Amino acid sequence: MSTSRTRLAASTAAALAAALVLSSCGGSKSDDGSAAAADSCVDTSGDTIKLGFLNSTSGAMAISEQTVRDSLLLAAKEINADGGILGKQIEPVEEDGASDPAVFAEKIGKLLTSDCVAAVFGGWTSASRKAMLPVVEGSNGLLFYPVQYEGLEASENIYYTGATTNQQIIPAMDFLASKGVKTLFLAGSDYVFPRTANKIIKQYAAELGIEIVGEEYVPLDSDDWSTQVAKIVKAKPDFVFNTINGSSNVGFIKAYYEQGLGPDTSPIISVSIAEEEAPAMGKDVTGQFAAWNYFQSVETPANEAFIEAFQAEYGADRPTSDPMEAAYTSLYLYKNIVEKAESFDVDDVNAASDGVSFDAPEGTVTIDGENHHIAKTGLIGRINAENQFDVVWSSEGPIEPDPFLEGYDWWDPSAE
Amino acid sequence: MESFTTPLLTGTSTGAILLIAALGLALTFGQMGVINMAHGEFLMAGAYTTYLTQQVVSSADVSVLLAIPVAFLVAGLLGLALEAGIIRWMYHRPLDTLLVTVGVGMVLQQLAKDLFGAQGDPVREPGWLQGNLTVLGYHWPYTRMFTIVLAVVALGGLAALLKRTRFGRQIRATVQNRDLAETMGISTRRVDRITFFVGSGLAGVGGVAVALASGTNPTLGTSYIIPAFLVVVAGGLGQLRGTVLAAWLVGVVTAFLTDWFSGSTAQVITFALVVVFLQVRPQGLFTVRTRGLA
Repeated sequence: MSTSRTRLAASTAAALAAALVLSSCGGSKSDDGSAAAADSCVDTSGDTIKLGFLNSTSGAMAISEQTVRDSLLLAAKEINADGGILGKQIEPVEEDGASDPAVFAEKIGKLLTSDCVAAVFGGWTSASRKAMLPVVEGSNGLLFYPVQYEGLEASENIYYTGATTNQQIIPAMDFLASKGVKTLFLAGSDYVFPRTANKIIKQYAAELGIEIVGEEYVPLDSDDWSTQVAKIVKAKPDFVFNTINGSSNVGFIKAYYEQGLGPDTSPIISVSIAEEEAPAMGKDVTGQFAAWNYFQSVETPANEAFIEAFQAEYGADRPTSDPMEAAYTSLYLYKNIVEKAESFDVDDVNAASDGVSFDAPEGTVTIDGENHHIAKTGLIGRINAENQFDVVWSSEGPIEPDPFLEGYDWWDPSAE
Repeated sequence: MESFTTPLLTGTSTGAILLIAALGLALTFGQMGVINMAHGEFLMAGAYTTYLTQQVVSSADVSVLLAIPVAFLVAGLLGLALEAGIIRWMYHRPLDTLLVTVGVGMVLQQLAKDLFGAQGDPVREPGWLQGNLTVLGYHWPYTRMFTIVLAVVALGGLAALLKRTRFGRQIRATVQNRDLAETMGISTRRVDRITFFVGSGLAGVGGVAVALASGTNPTLGTSYIIPAFLVVVAGGLGQLRGTVLAAWLVGVVTAFLTDWFSGSTAQVITFALVVVFLQVRPQGLFTVRTRGLA
């Protein structure tokens, strides 16, 4: 009895799967006769062009990703007021990734194959990007991803407008070396970004003659850092390199100050605390450092215009941050590539992208056509009493992106 | 010496927060047998109450003390609503209770995200808790000592309630033999309701301690609920001393393992140790003899 029931269930599942495959094949065929599924269904005949904005507007990541959505909508509004892309007005198609990688994968499929958008802008966590990657490659679409990440990736169908490791982690280490730092303590959340970042930091530190005096991880949702901070007190490092993500930072910063540490003893350099997070720590973090490629305090004419337009649209109390700027920049970069290619076709866009640049709020950025990342300037900011960052160090001009660190001979990806 | 005192003291403070979270469960789960997975969210509600109190009474010196009774009340009332609205209909269906309260927990988390945002809000500690005391090389923050004081007070209050008051006797009578208690004129409905109120309220007090240690965020309850259940089960149901000992042991053992290995490894090993312990001694550290049928 039970075997036949299992068999029935299995055959039903197989039938359902077959039906799904058939219907999806049928769907792609019905678009334009016998064309392959990879062929685009983007409609470029009208005077508008559809672009997909895919960010989480619900769930745990909503607080961060909503700010990216706001910047994208602002850029679209500005470009439309200025005549659009190739004379076509942008028609945003907005979707909610719901802080769930599976939803991101599903929605980007919908945007590319049923809404037929020319390109998608969004994603935040590496998990969401990894989930979208096979979909966007499978349908030969385009994704612009605006957040700094752990590198070691370069898809033909993704443009990475946030920093890769050689534009954020390595400049931070150069800064520490320039300060004469001799001992460093690594504190991070236990997932892919901190683990990868610390692997790079440890190998570069050996090259720079900086001694790693401790390396501690806590689970991503854990708030209890007291035991680990006691180790920092004991190790007395010149600096603490902080790759903790999200709300775990609050527990860490509290324990750090409560056990008597501070910027005078063992200052912290962070890669995930920005203008939005600094006031939420529950402690005065004045004097601590952060490594990014954009701060609200950056003095460029483009940044002045960006902040003014953003605050006019969303309120004078809204800060601007690195991923917001990278998202804003990504839409302008897309416009510049398309206008160079004189086409919205993905292959034409990829053929034209190399060397396309934009005077972004962070400074001039240029696309590398080979790995689809952009050259960016590395900045170190110091938190002031207004929870803004004073730029105290910057790299000598924009750094060429090198997601696989091929240009660094000390890097050995197979080493522990 | 330092490598011994540091984990011992940090572990004792962590164990104290765990104890306050577990004391409430020792009542609702240990005494009443209700598996309430939303208990962690009551902790979260207590943390947000601390934050809100600080918005109303801006002096942190006063607001944190004020937050303790308010958090007890807020979390207690949430518990009362849960008991009256849902749990009372499923006292003999523990699996259904488990699933439904997981759902309630999710609803409360999303509610907190909508009301306060997913980012989390900072809670300032009062002036009289700033600074630390150096004990054999470990700078022991006053805020973490305060969690121990809070745990001792909560424990003392609960023990006094159960042992010394008329209502405490009614709770114990109901747990030991519900039918007999009813024949003696005790309204077991009323006892259930108030027990649930007190147990949930204690989670709110735990929330004050958590808020002081790491601020607020909508998902903070999830990292305490499983350890709290483990503590209650490992301590043995139906009495408090086992819960106290188990909370302290879990806190201190985790701290030592964190010191030797890493945070993630320590959690895994601690949980594995509890599982092995329960294989050997399923009834927990201590047991009560009861003639209860439930």
